[in-house]
Amino acid sequence: MMSSIFDYTLASAREALRARKVSAVELVDAHIDAIERLDDGLNSFITRTPEQARLAAKEADALLARGEGGSLCGLPIGIKDLFATEGVRTTAASKILGNFVPPYESTVTANLKRDGAISLGKLNLDEFAMGSTNLTSAFGGVENPWKRCDSDAKLVPGGSSGGSAAAVAAGLVLGATGTDTGGSIRQPAAFCGITGIKPTYGRCSRFGTIAFASSLDQAGPMARTLQDCAILLESMAGFDPKDSTSVDRPVPHYEAALGRGVKGLKVGIPKEYRIDGLPAEIEAIWQQGIDWLKEAGAEVVEISLPHTKYGLPAYYIAALAEASSNLARYDGVRFGERVQGASLDALYEATRAAGFGDEVKRRILLGTYVLSSGYYDAYYLRAQKVRTLLQRDFLKAYETVDVILAPTAPSGAFAWDEKPTDPVQVYLNDVFTVPASMAGVPALSVPAGLDSRGVPLGLQLIGRFFDEETLLAAGSVLEKAASFTHRPTIHAGVSA
Amino acid sequence: MSAYRITGETGEWEVIVGLEVHAQIVSQSKLFSGASAEYGGEPNTHVSLVDAGFPGMLPVLNRECVAQAVRTGLGLRAQINLFSRFDRKNYFYADLPTGYQISQFEHPIVGKGTVEIELSDGEVRHIGVTRMHMEQDAGKSIHDQDPTRSFIDLNRAGVALMEIVSEPDIRSPEEAGAYIRKLRQILRYLGTCDGNMEEGSMRADVNVSVRREGEEGYRTRCEIKNVNSVRFVMQAIEVEAQRQVDIWESGGEIDQETRLFDHVKSETRSLRTKEDAHDYRYFPESDLLPLVIEQSWVDELKAALPELPEDKRARLEKEYGVSRYESGVLTAEQSVADFYETVARGADARLATNWILGDFFAALNRTGRTIEDSPVSAEALRELLSLISDSTINGKIAKEVFEDMVETGEKASVIVDRKGLRQVTDTGAIEAAINDILAANADKVAEYKSGKDKLFGFFVGQTMKAMKGKANPAMVNELLKKLLAS
Repeated sequence: MMSSIFDYTLASAREALRARKVSAVELVDAHIDAIERLDDGLNSFITRTPEQARLAAKEADALLARGEGGSLCGLPIGIKDLFATEGVRTTAASKILGNFVPPYESTVTANLKRDGAISLGKLNLDEFAMGSTNLTSAFGGVENPWKRCDSDAKLVPGGSSGGSAAAVAAGLVLGATGTDTGGSIRQPAAFCGITGIKPTYGRCSRFGTIAFASSLDQAGPMARTLQDCAILLESMAGFDPKDSTSVDRPVPHYEAALGRGVKGLKVGIPKEYRIDGLPAEIEAIWQQGIDWLKEAGAEVVEISLPHTKYGLPAYYIAALAEASSNLARYDGVRFGERVQGASLDALYEATRAAGFGDEVKRRILLGTYVLSSGYYDAYYLRAQKVRTLLQRDFLKAYETVDVILAPTAPSGAFAWDEKPTDPVQVYLNDVFTVPASMAGVPALSVPAGLDSRGVPLGLQLIGRFFDEETLLAAGSVLEKAASFTHRPTIHAGVSA
Repeated sequence: MSAYRITGETGEWEVIVGLEVHAQIVSQSKLFSGASAEYGGEPNTHVSLVDAGFPGMLPVLNRECVAQAVRTGLGLRAQINLFSRFDRKNYFYADLPTGYQISQFEHPIVGKGTVEIELSDGEVRHIGVTRMHMEQDAGKSIHDQDPTRSFIDLNRAGVALMEIVSEPDIRSPEEAGAYIRKLRQILRYLGTCDGNMEEGSMRADVNVSVRREGEEGYRTRCEIKNVNSVRFVMQAIEVEAQRQVDIWESGGEIDQETRLFDHVKSETRSLRTKEDAHDYRYFPESDLLPLVIEQSWVDELKAALPELPEDKRARLEKEYGVSRYESGVLTAEQSVADFYETVARGADARLATNWILGDFFAALNRTGRTIEDSPVSAEALRELLSLISDSTINGKIAKEVFEDMVETGEKASVIVDRKGLRQVTDTGAIEAAINDILAANADKVAEYKSGKDKLFGFFVGQTMKAMKGKANPAMVNELLKKLLAS
C-alpha cells in the first residue's frame, strides 16, 4: 500500500497509471504542487510549465483510459535547460539566452514527448553545462536537497546537471534528462543520491541540444532507480539523421537487461584510480562495491588504465577548444541578448561581456588559447593524442574485463561556501568521470551509501561501447546490494 | 611565345601567380542544410535554422555536393581522396552565423591535378592544381542602405563552394585569364558550377610575386582577395606585379599582406598585413564524421561524366575535319558543340562548320541572342543546309532564306516554297536565258572569243540576274561554256 504519491518510482507510477490506480492529472498536480512548495528554495527549475503539463496530463488520462499511450504516458519529468523545447524558453542557464524561445524541439525531448512523458519545466544547470557545482548558473545556484547530519549548510548538487539531480532527489519529478560532457550526469547523480547514465557517445542524438563540446556531449537519463533510467534511455536513444554523429543501431529493450546478474562477469578495478589523497570513505565505498559484485558471482581483477592521469588535462583542453568555437554563435546578431555597440566588434564585446558568466568566459579564453597558432600542436593536438591513448586503455582493458568499477567522484557533496576558489580544484571533481567521456564509452552512477556526515556517495560503472546492457546488469546488482532507501532532508514526500 | 616580362630600371622581372578559385557548386540545397541554394530570392528567405547557427543545430553533409566535388576532381584529372575531413575556420563576422566556416583544411577531398591552357599563339601549357576542397559560403553584409546600420542577408550562408588552388605555375596575366576561362569551361561542361562570375558563383584570390629573370625560388607574395572577373584578374596581376617591381627596385621590401583590387583606379590597396592576419584556429569539425567515400562510387561518377572540352575538341577535329582553331571555337561552350554536332552529323560537315562560324554566329551577334535562345534551331539550320546539298537552292539564295528564317522563325523549305526560290535546274530554261543574253551582248561575245576570258563572269552574272538568282550555278557555268564555244 502506497503511503504517498511521492513513493512512486517512474516504473511503479507507470504501472499505477496503467492500472488506473492513479491518474496522470493527480500525479502531475502533486508534483507541480511539490515544485511550488519546495523549489523556490531548491531553485532546481529555471522555467516551470505547469499549464502545459496539466493539459498534457488530461490528454494522457484520456489515452490511458482507452488503454493507449506510449511507454512514458502521463509520467512527469523535468528537462535540463540545455535541450531546446519548442515554444518553451531555453536558456542554457545563461543570460545570453535569457529570453530565447526556440521554434524547434531537440530530438531527445521529442522522443520523450512522443512516448508520452510530461515535462514540468526546464531544469537548472551550470551555465552552458560548464561546471561541477551548479553554482555558475545565471539563474542562481541549486541547493542539494541533502543536508549533512551535523549542519544546515547548503550543499551543492554537483553539476552541470545539478537541477536535474536535485529535482529527482527531492521528488519533484520522476525522472529528468541530463547531459554529460565530462561527468555532468554522473557526478550530480552521486552528489544527490540518485542514478544517472551517460550512454555511449552517439547513442542519443545531439540535435537541438545546446552544444558545450560536440565530441563529448551526450544526453542521458537521471532518475531514482536504474530501472527508471533504463525506461527513459530506451525512449531517448536512437539514430537521428539530423545528427551525423548519432549511431544507426537498434535500441535494445534496456529494462530486460536489469535482471541478468553478474555471474561469470569480469569486473576491472583500475589501479590508477587509487589517487593520492583519496578520502578513506570513498576508498571504503569502492571496496564495498567490489565485495557486493564478488558476492553476486562476479570475478574482480585489478586492471591498468595507464593514461588516466593525463585524462583530466587533456579533457579540459579538448572540451574547451570545442566550447570556444561552439559558443561563438552567441554574438547578439541573430538571437538572444544583444548589447549595442558603436561598431560590430564593440557590439560583440559588450554582448558577450554582459551575456556570459565568469566560468564560461574563462573556458572560452582557455579554449581559444589552446587552438591559437603556435600553441595548437602543444595543446590541442597533444590532447587528441591522449584521447586516442585513453580510448586504447579502455579497449585493452575490455579484452579481459566486461565492466570497470570506480568511484564516481572523489568526495561527496560539499557546501556552497566550500567551493574551492581555485578553478582547477573544482575541475578535479571530474577526475574519475572524464576518462570514460574522452573514450566515448558508457558509464553510470548508482548511489551506494552515505558518508559519515550523512551525504550520499556514488559508485561508477564503465562499460564497453554500446554495451549499456551489461552496465545495467552490474549496476542493478550494486543497487540491490546497497538498497539505498535514504531520503534527502528536503523531499516532496516529507511535509514541512 | 615570348615570355611575359616587366622591364624595370635594373632589368627584367618575371611574374609568379597562383590562383585560388572559389566556385559555387551547382546543387538544390546547401552544403549542410536543406535550404535552397538558388541565387537571388528575397533577403533571408533561403535560410534554415542550421544556416543561421541556432543553438543545438547540427550540419548534415549534402551527398550531391560531394558528388559534384568528386566530378570536378575527375574533370581536373586530379587525385580523389577517399578520406577527407571537415575543419572549422574560426572568425567573427556578422554574416558568419556560427562564428566559424566549415571547410576542409588538412584533408581536402581532391588532391593534385592539372589544367591544360592554350594561349593566343597556340602554345599549350599545363597549370598544376595543388588541391581542391569543399567549404560553405558566408552570408552577405550590406553596408550602404542605412547610415548607421548594416544589413545581413543569409541566403548565401552555407551554400557549397569548391576552392580550387593552383600551383604557382602561372607566369602572365594572359595565362591567368586562360586558366580561369579553362576552369570555367570544365566546370560548366561538368555541370558542377555555372561559372557565372557576375552573380559571384566564381571568384578568385590572386597570389602575386615577382622575381628577377633567371632567379631561383620565390620572393614574398601578396594575395589579392575576391576578384570577380577574368579581366580584373588580369589587370590586378599587371598592376600588382608592377607595384612590386617598383618597390624592389627602389630598395624596398614586399610585406606579405592581403590586398584589394580597385578596378576604377586600377590599383591594389592593402587590406590587412600579416601582423593583423586572422588566427583562424582551425580544428576538426566534430559535428561531422570524417568523409569516407568508396572507390566504386568514384568509378560510377567517373563513368557517367560528360565528355570534357579537350576530348570533345579532339573528336570534332577527327570526326568533322575541323581545324584546331575551329574546334576551339566550337567547344568553348558545350551548348555550341551540341548545336554544331546536331547540324553537322550526317550533313556536309564543312558546309556546317562554315555556316555556323559565319552566318549563324553573325546572326546571333546581330540579334543579341545566345545559342540557348537562338532564333534558328539546329534542326532548322540542318534542313537549310540539306537544301543546299541537294541543289534545291544555291548558296546565295540560302543566305537570303537564312535571313528570313532569323526574321520569321519559319522552316527553310517553307520559305523557299513561299518565295518560289527553288533552284532552276531545267536545262531548257537556263539555255533560253543564256541565248537571250548572248544575243543582246554580241559585242561582249566577240571580245570573249578574242581571248578576254574574264568576261565569263559577266555572262554568269547576267544569267543569274535573268534567272533571279535561282539558277543552279554549276549548270549555268556548264551551259555558258558550251554555248560560248559554239
